[in-house]
Amino acid sequence: MSTQLQKTPRTDAAASPPVGVAFPAGPGRRPHVGFVRRFYRSSFLGSAATILLIAIFAIGAFANIVSPYDPLAANFAATRREPSAQYLLGTDYLGRDVLSRIFYGARISLLVAVTSVLIGDAIGFIWGVSSGYLGRRFDMFSQRLLDIMLSFPGLILAILLMAALGARLETVILAIAVSRVPLSTRVIRSVVLSVKEFAYVEAARCIGATSPRIMFRHVAPQCLAPMLVIFSANLGTAIFAESALAFLGIGVPEPTPTWGRMLGGVLSEAFRPPWWLIVFPGAAITITIMAANLVGDALRDILDPRLKQRIG
Amino acid sequence: MHLYVFRRLLIAIPTIIGVTLLIFLAMRILPGDPLEMIENESVGTIRLTPEQLASARASLGLDRPYYQQYLTWMYDVLRGNFGTSFWRGEPLIELISRRAPITIQIALMAVAVSWMIGLPIGLLSAIRRNSPVDYLARLFVTLFQAIPSFFLGLLAILVGILYFSWRPSMTIFYLWDDPVKNLQMTIGPALALGVGLGAFIARITRSSTLEVLGEDYIRTARAKGLRDGALLIRHVLKNALLPIVTVTGLALGGLIGGSVAVERAFGVPGLGLALVMAVNERDWMLIQNLALFYGVVFVLVNLLVDVSYAIIDPRIRYS
Repeated sequence: MSTQLQKTPRTDAAASPPVGVAFPAGPGRRPHVGFVRRFYRSSFLGSAATILLIAIFAIGAFANIVSPYDPLAANFAATRREPSAQYLLGTDYLGRDVLSRIFYGARISLLVAVTSVLIGDAIGFIWGVSSGYLGRRFDMFSQRLLDIMLSFPGLILAILLMAALGARLETVILAIAVSRVPLSTRVIRSVVLSVKEFAYVEAARCIGATSPRIMFRHVAPQCLAPMLVIFSANLGTAIFAESALAFLGIGVPEPTPTWGRMLGGVLSEAFRPPWWLIVFPGAAITITIMAANLVGDALRDILDPRLKQRIG
Repeated sequence: MHLYVFRRLLIAIPTIIGVTLLIFLAMRILPGDPLEMIENESVGTIRLTPEQLASARASLGLDRPYYQQYLTWMYDVLRGNFGTSFWRGEPLIELISRRAPITIQIALMAVAVSWMIGLPIGLLSAIRRNSPVDYLARLFVTLFQAIPSFFLGLLAILVGILYFSWRPSMTIFYLWDDPVKNLQMTIGPALALGVGLGAFIARITRSSTLEVLGEDYIRTARAKGLRDGALLIRHVLKNALLPIVTVTGLALGGLIGGSVAVERAFGVPGLGLALVMAVNERDWMLIQNLALFYGVVFVLVNLLVDVSYAIIDPRIRYS
């Protein structure tokens, strides 16, 4: 492959470790501090997106402080008001303030997304490491099972699970988590397959380390960097999945405000749809997903560009 | 080549069986039996008395052991009997065959739109790397990868209603019956789905083309005097195509899922809307069989994508 087109890391070799080794070991090194600095220098867009994402988290966490109105309080004297000085983003058909509902919606959307991705990726991590390292029958069995899970469109699987379990916050998280498991397992497994061949793994085996110890002490740390990338990539998809489920009416039930449900509620207003009820929740979803995607891309660029082929 | 297709077909069969097991397990093994939910809440104003519940259970075969239920279901499906809708009494095979063409048509149109948008943008972005065109293209990609497809659809409807006094139609017109009305109905969802997918395709096209452009044989061809246009078509595009097809195949799952939401946004009476209706009404037969339909179609589509790899890249045929 021609070298002209390969991206050269904009760091000098003496000051930072080579590409691909995210957290270098060694006496006196504080890898995490250097990591943040490298991240900032390598991608301005990624850093800006990280700050945006943190801001959205903060809004969700402190929604009760930042919101001007109670998101659940219906006010029938002020229904379907356009955005004004009093109601910055307008009101919905029950007179509830849209801005407050969007702030509280951030809480639910992010809670669901982060929790489901954490659960799904944790399962994927453990399964991927075991499947990749232990090999043979367990691996073959896992591969077939994963093939079947991947043969099913993700959102349809989530809808199916929601139908079977009923619509509650916990079931939404579970449904989305399950749909995240196959892909993360696959990627981690492919990383493990190459890590398995490293010299120190063989050395550990030679001196008698048991399989579990090797898996969690030597193999797993190498997978942390890809894990971070998968996590941020999955975050965007999870936010989309939660909002799609809510839009379809099978997400987190009323009266909890969530962005997808706000969009879904508009459909009954077919006569003259209030534009502020469509634009603002949708923009909230878009901005959050965009921030998550940008962070994921930036992380992938500095941690392991080879992951581009594995995840696409 | 035929061996490759045959082998892939052979693998597809246990996969389909696995999919049916997955659906069945999801519906049965999970806590609560299907009718329990109806028992616990009133669906609208409809309540079932205990005797009706018992007879409903018997009619759905829920009182028989699990493996019997599964085998009965499989046997029915293979004979083409998808059961009847719980609340409506309509044979499901009719419902599916009425709505499936619309959904499939929208999906195909969305893929076509995505390729028509994505390939040129990706190619242009790669050839004029780091130019203003490239940055504009990457902005487009980042933005449209984040916008949910159903939001895009809602925005389109909003613009249509407010500025053009247009409302999305709700009755089914098939392509072969009335092309104009059919296209009016399907072009909206297809565009909403296709643009998002197109952004993704543009991104993959860009990276794949950049990789190919760095290859030695491109440099050789250019050194031999091949003009840029012919170079593009004859060498770059063909070699860049494989990852693009791979990714399109992978993204089809997201397309099918997204089509459910987009159908609800536009009110198109397709399979996705039927699925949502079924979930809301707790119509288990419909949910189960629709999920089966989606699963089988997806497996077959993946099979087709795999076969197309073999057609595009001769190296795969002989592996």
